[in-house]
Amino acid sequence: MQLNQMYQEIILDHYRNPHGAGLREPFDAESFQVNPTCGDEVTLRVALKRDDAGVQVVADISYDALGCSISQAATSVLTDLVVGRTVDESMTILDAFKEMVQSRGTIEPDEDVLGDGIAFAGVARYPARVKCALLGWMAYQDATARAMSGSPSEASGNGAS
Amino acid sequence: MTSLDHAVHRTIGGTADTTVDTAKLRADFPLLSRTVRDNRPLVYLDSGATSQRPRQVLDAERAFLEQHNAAVHRGAHQIAEEATDAYESARARIAAFVGAEPGEVVFTKNATEGINLVAYALGNASIGDVDAEVAARFAVGPGDEIVVTEMEHHANLVPWQELCRRTGATLRWFAVDTAAGRLDLGSDPITERTKVVAFTHQSNVLGTVNPVDELVARARAVGALTVLDSCQSVPHAPVNLSTLGVDYAVFSGHKMLGPSGVGVLYGREELLAAMPPFLTGGSMIELVRMEGSTYAPPPQRFEAGVPMTSQAVGLAAAVDYLSTIGMDRVAAHERMLTEAALTGLAQVPGVRVIGPTSTEDRGGAVSFLVDEVHAHDVGQVLDDRGVAVRVGHHCAWPLHRRYEVAATVRASFAVYNTLDEVAALIDGVHAARSFFGVG
Ligand SMILES: Cc1ncc(COP(=O)(O)O)c(C=O)c1O
Repeated sequence: MQLNQMYQEIILDHYRNPHGAGLREPFDAESFQVNPTCGDEVTLRVALKRDDAGVQVVADISYDALGCSISQAATSVLTDLVVGRTVDESMTILDAFKEMVQSRGTIEPDEDVLGDGIAFAGVARYPARVKCALLGWMAYQDATARAMSGSPSEASGNGAS
Repeated sequence: MTSLDHAVHRTIGGTADTTVDTAKLRADFPLLSRTVRDNRPLVYLDSGATSQRPRQVLDAERAFLEQHNAAVHRGAHQIAEEATDAYESARARIAAFVGAEPGEVVFTKNATEGINLVAYALGNASIGDVDAEVAARFAVGPGDEIVVTEMEHHANLVPWQELCRRTGATLRWFAVDTAAGRLDLGSDPITERTKVVAFTHQSNVLGTVNPVDELVARARAVGALTVLDSCQSVPHAPVNLSTLGVDYAVFSGHKMLGPSGVGVLYGREELLAAMPPFLTGGSMIELVRMEGSTYAPPPQRFEAGVPMTSQAVGLAAAVDYLSTIGMDRVAAHERMLTEAALTGLAQVPGVRVIGPTSTEDRGGAVSFLVDEVHAHDVGQVLDDRGVAVRVGHHCAWPLHRRYEVAATVRASFAVYNTLDEVAALIDGVHAARSFFGVG
């Protein structure tokens, strides 16, 4: 059965018990993303802080999501992978995640970089679901860009399209 | 005559009684016998999005291209004559299929283009130097209203939003009664200010068949033009556009066993005769000078450029195919499938159908929600079992908002579907629930 390749146990676990869910204060920027093909949506907030060396670090990610198991689980895994990392590190992880899910299954994911994120390698074989996996990640990318540029105000985004 | 006629007039499945011999019929559709994913037989329940084509349609297209292909209405050579004859014969057969005159049928790329054609023609009647009589009939502007419904496909909503934006007119709409799955006729926004009433004949999500007579009567009472989106009705039941009394109607070839890239805009003869063009250029002119041009009578006025030709021929083959089965029989067959789907889904715990739950005034689009399992996930489990459905908002986002849901699963039927396929759908929904640990 191919279903189990897509819906790995890790994904189902994150879906049933999403990490970091809910919207929290304080935050530096917020992003709202929708998937125009299915209407799924996520509102995601990012709080940054400076570490002792003055480097920007992801202090918190909080979100409110309406979506399928893949999009919910991917957002949950995002928070696990990114909170506590520097913004630069988080962007490396984001690029690796994007590359993997957009690869149509041609890329062998690096577990050292992606951790639980490698469970989404199976999704890459289903082009229609790639946007689901990326919805929360695109919101993270957008919110972080806003936080860094100091324009936290909300504009309805379409980054997953 | 030509080999075309042999291709389209082969006998088709179906016997003297009212039932459709699906085993025989399905043999005409090569795609239906393929397998998907892990060698699962395909169960194609997405004909509302696009239907599959029988060999008769494919053969007609091929025969045209191999023997008669030329630019229509442009040459004096023999092949050009044949191509033009094939194209105009297609128009006549398609017109007859929906109770229209050939001159009332304009070929478009699809239904979406047909609606845009009307919206842009009205827009063109509203700006610049326009004949007073044309403006009186077709112009819209500030203070005027355009009425749609909350159950429209984006194709019959966004072009009207855009026309309002361009002209300053206001968009109003009939609400949907979510409990009944029907238009709330009491929410009537039609007034003396209404210029256009555009509505769907049959909802592509709810399956609801709207009361065309009633809506046409209300529109006529205030002198508004009616535009019927018949994308989901013409392929599935007998439809006579003249009897319905609408001013305009649209449908798409690819949803009625025909090719993609061809659709129809129907317009009452005298309206098309008076309406300004949308796309302009070659083939739609009468006289061209550097200073300005005059335009050909309809339907040519609305068919600028070299049109799709093999597609029109293929669509005519599709209506011949449907006519040979008989549209009453098509409708009866699909009603039986819809009934089975509604009954089967009602027995799955936690499943809620969006739309009417009986087959009365209802067609074969069945959209539903499964408690605690997102539509995408239901669709994925179905896909894994070879069952192709549509998931999402099916291009009717405001309707889904009205139901306060982001996405539904939609099974939609065509004449080639079987009760076994409905059973595969129901089994698949059970499987989705157990895969996600619900129930
Ligand atoms: C009710 C309805 N209207 C309009 C359309 C648009 O058809 P097309 O995309 O072929 O233009 C569709 C199909 O997608 C439909 O179901």
